[in-house]
Amino acid sequence: MKKVVMQGNEAIARGAYEAGVKVAAAYPGTPSSEILRTLAEKYPEVYAEWSANEMVAVQVAGGASIAGVRAMASMKHVGLNVASDALMTFAYTGVKGGLVIVVADDPFSHSSQNEQDSRNWARFAKVPMLEPSDSQECKDFTKIAFEISEKFDTPVLIRSETRVSHSDSIVELGERVEPNIPIGLDPKEAPKYTMVPAYVRQRRIFVEERMKRLEEYADTFQYNVMEINDTRYGIISSGVSYLYAKEVFPDWSFLKLGMVWPLPKKLIEEFFKKVKKVAIVEELDPFLETEIRAMGFKIWHGKDVVPKMYELSPEKVEQALKGNKFKPPKIRFDTSNLPKRPPNLCPGCSHRPLFYALKKLGLFVFGDIGCYTLATSPPLEAIHTTICMGAGVGMAHGASKALGKEGPGKACAVLGDSTFLHAGIPPLMNVAYNKGNSTTIVLDNKTTAMTGHQEHPGSGYTARLEPTVAVNYEELGKALGVKSIRYVNPYNVKETMDIIREEVNKDEPSLIICKDSPCILLRRAKPLEKFKYRGYSVDEEKCRGCRVCLEINCPAISWIKQEGTTKDGHRRKGVSYINRDLCVGCSVCEQICKFEAIKPIEK
Amino acid sequence: MEKRDKVTNVFLSGVGGQGTILASNILAAVFSSAGYDVKKAEVHGMAQRGGDVTTHFRFGKKVYSPLIKFGDADYLLAFELLEGLRYINWVKDDGKIVLNNHKIYPPVVNLGEMEYPENIPDIFRRYFNGNVYVVEGVEIARRLGNIQAANVVLIGAFSNFFPEIKEELWIESIKSLIPERIQELNIKAFLEGRRALS
Ligand SMILES: Cc1ncc(C[n+]2csc(CCOP(=O)(O)OP(=O)(O)O)c2C)c(N)n1
Repeated sequence: MKKVVMQGNEAIARGAYEAGVKVAAAYPGTPSSEILRTLAEKYPEVYAEWSANEMVAVQVAGGASIAGVRAMASMKHVGLNVASDALMTFAYTGVKGGLVIVVADDPFSHSSQNEQDSRNWARFAKVPMLEPSDSQECKDFTKIAFEISEKFDTPVLIRSETRVSHSDSIVELGERVEPNIPIGLDPKEAPKYTMVPAYVRQRRIFVEERMKRLEEYADTFQYNVMEINDTRYGIISSGVSYLYAKEVFPDWSFLKLGMVWPLPKKLIEEFFKKVKKVAIVEELDPFLETEIRAMGFKIWHGKDVVPKMYELSPEKVEQALKGNKFKPPKIRFDTSNLPKRPPNLCPGCSHRPLFYALKKLGLFVFGDIGCYTLATSPPLEAIHTTICMGAGVGMAHGASKALGKEGPGKACAVLGDSTFLHAGIPPLMNVAYNKGNSTTIVLDNKTTAMTGHQEHPGSGYTARLEPTVAVNYEELGKALGVKSIRYVNPYNVKETMDIIREEVNKDEPSLIICKDSPCILLRRAKPLEKFKYRGYSVDEEKCRGCRVCLEINCPAISWIKQEGTTKDGHRRKGVSYINRDLCVGCSVCEQICKFEAIKPIEK
Repeated sequence: MEKRDKVTNVFLSGVGGQGTILASNILAAVFSSAGYDVKKAEVHGMAQRGGDVTTHFRFGKKVYSPLIKFGDADYLLAFELLEGLRYINWVKDDGKIVLNNHKIYPPVVNLGEMEYPENIPDIFRRYFNGNVYVVEGVEIARRLGNIQAANVVLIGAFSNFFPEIKEELWIESIKSLIPERIQELNIKAFLEGRRALS
């Protein structure tokens, strides 16, 4: 069969396609998003949707499974926290068509709000978990996960992570084969799928028995592989950690676990018999280590030397196991003091003026997660909390209750449109219901920008880009009981400040919706057309070098140190400069310049 | 064709939006078509927003780790000068460095709080002598009509290090990855880059 280079996520999608999956659902999240995107773009045989959130995605996949088709849900690590309520009980009901949930971890938090280790969910939910290490395994493990799911009547978790999902390697393609399961709903199966206490207690027994059978299966699972080489040293590992260890200790013996839950007790015992010193190399938690120690084995090294935070790498594994004998490569040039290059909001982004307005108003901002979280960094520094999706709305209400009469005028909650639809509706309803007075601002940029422009229930398009209904935030707010609902155009800084000031000072719940503010990279919304001018430049005769325009942290604006005077005789230490290649003409800098030193360039 | 058994490590660095990912996709296509095992790792997400981006690309008879071991890069392909300098310690003593002679100021420099390091190619020459190659990627691409093609100019320059790989294979791979309407421009960019070094 044909061999191609594929990203891990594309390979998971390919595996689902080849396994005959009929329904796939996901909520975007780095590093998992390309799984559903690939299914939606490349495989019309698979129904693929962006669900409103991860919980919904698992519900959708679960319903499809019970109707008799193979189904998959995918998400980032924290997404499974949201979906965990569904997972914990689907673990009892089991499945009809294979049900696979892909969860992508992010060691080192390359783009996440925490570094949790999803392997713990498998033990907690009592379901099996597979962990691929490269793209070929991503495809193969996805396929076999569906077989395991059906054979053992269980949801199966696949754990990926940044370096698996976002690495490319060679994959051999196969054909799509649909399973032979009768499609349809059968009311007689209610006791299996209705988890009322009497039925729970029955399924509870099944879950324990299933675990036993899975433990036996683990010992014969074809992707739990023992490689006996030098028998003095051995490593038990899985996923990408295995690849790092194999890279630096190619001659040692290995027990590579393709299934990280449950663990293959007999295989592990055999490995300890054959190899003298056994180390465990795993990223994040001592998950394998704790279990293997509990089995009674004496391990040579584990988390005593292998870091338990951040991601591993070949040199970290080498250093951990070689100890003093590790010779680090020489540092020829100290790079630690070089100017850093953090990510920034794009030139022309609608989030920039909105957060500038909040900063000028001196508000405490209960923020959330999305591109707009970039407003945390200096010089904007306009976000003061980021916890989890939707949290800001609930927190602003809690804080307002704590502050009482002192509350109004001090704070607000801000969240993106996708985030609002994911987890912001219940807390907003809660503000209204509980007679709160906090203000919620929804940044409607018509897309899920942060994770790469996925559609959502407010964007007007499905994952396959078919036009569909879009949520009306104003009507929604009204229905939830919010009476004070306003629109702001963030590109008009003064008006935006005035409206927000009014709303935060009211002693009632407010909802502010940004309008005409699509993501600047969202071509179909023609974001540049509304700008009057093609760009702006600095009039050096007028610029006093006061640096006010730098406060918005626009990548197009810089400041050049250069003593001099303006035309009307003001001494200055430097001047601002606008890079024409980057400026898109949003006019925000022009609005905040006090000396009319920023001038438009005609289209 | 003569095959290298040992794994070759190519470290690519640049600024989000410069097309390092496309560049590394071209490398993956070329070396996998040439019969090698390949692995490539990069971080997507936040890095797209003007932050620094790096890609690890490895090829050989059999490649395990997707990440290059620190200090083990045979080649550094830097699409921006400061982003090259940031990874100078990743390169082996006898490694080769291709620098795009192009500066993009990071925010701290824009704000006038820090200076952009000067003479970056000379810093590299101090340690790598004749193994430092400076390419006018942006200038060449600008001349061809689109500065976005600078990434492919760099790939063209880099292709000179692999005489065993035929020019057609590079061109075929570029064609397979780039939309038709900009193929011609990119092939020109590749060829100009290839000539710039040879
Ligand atoms: C539970 C959970 N799921 C997914 C994510 C990944 N994620 C981070 S921000 C975000 C949405 C961003 O979209 P939006 O709120 O519209 O803001 P924008 O980036 O468009 O400004 C997502 C999906 C997450 N952090 N947590």
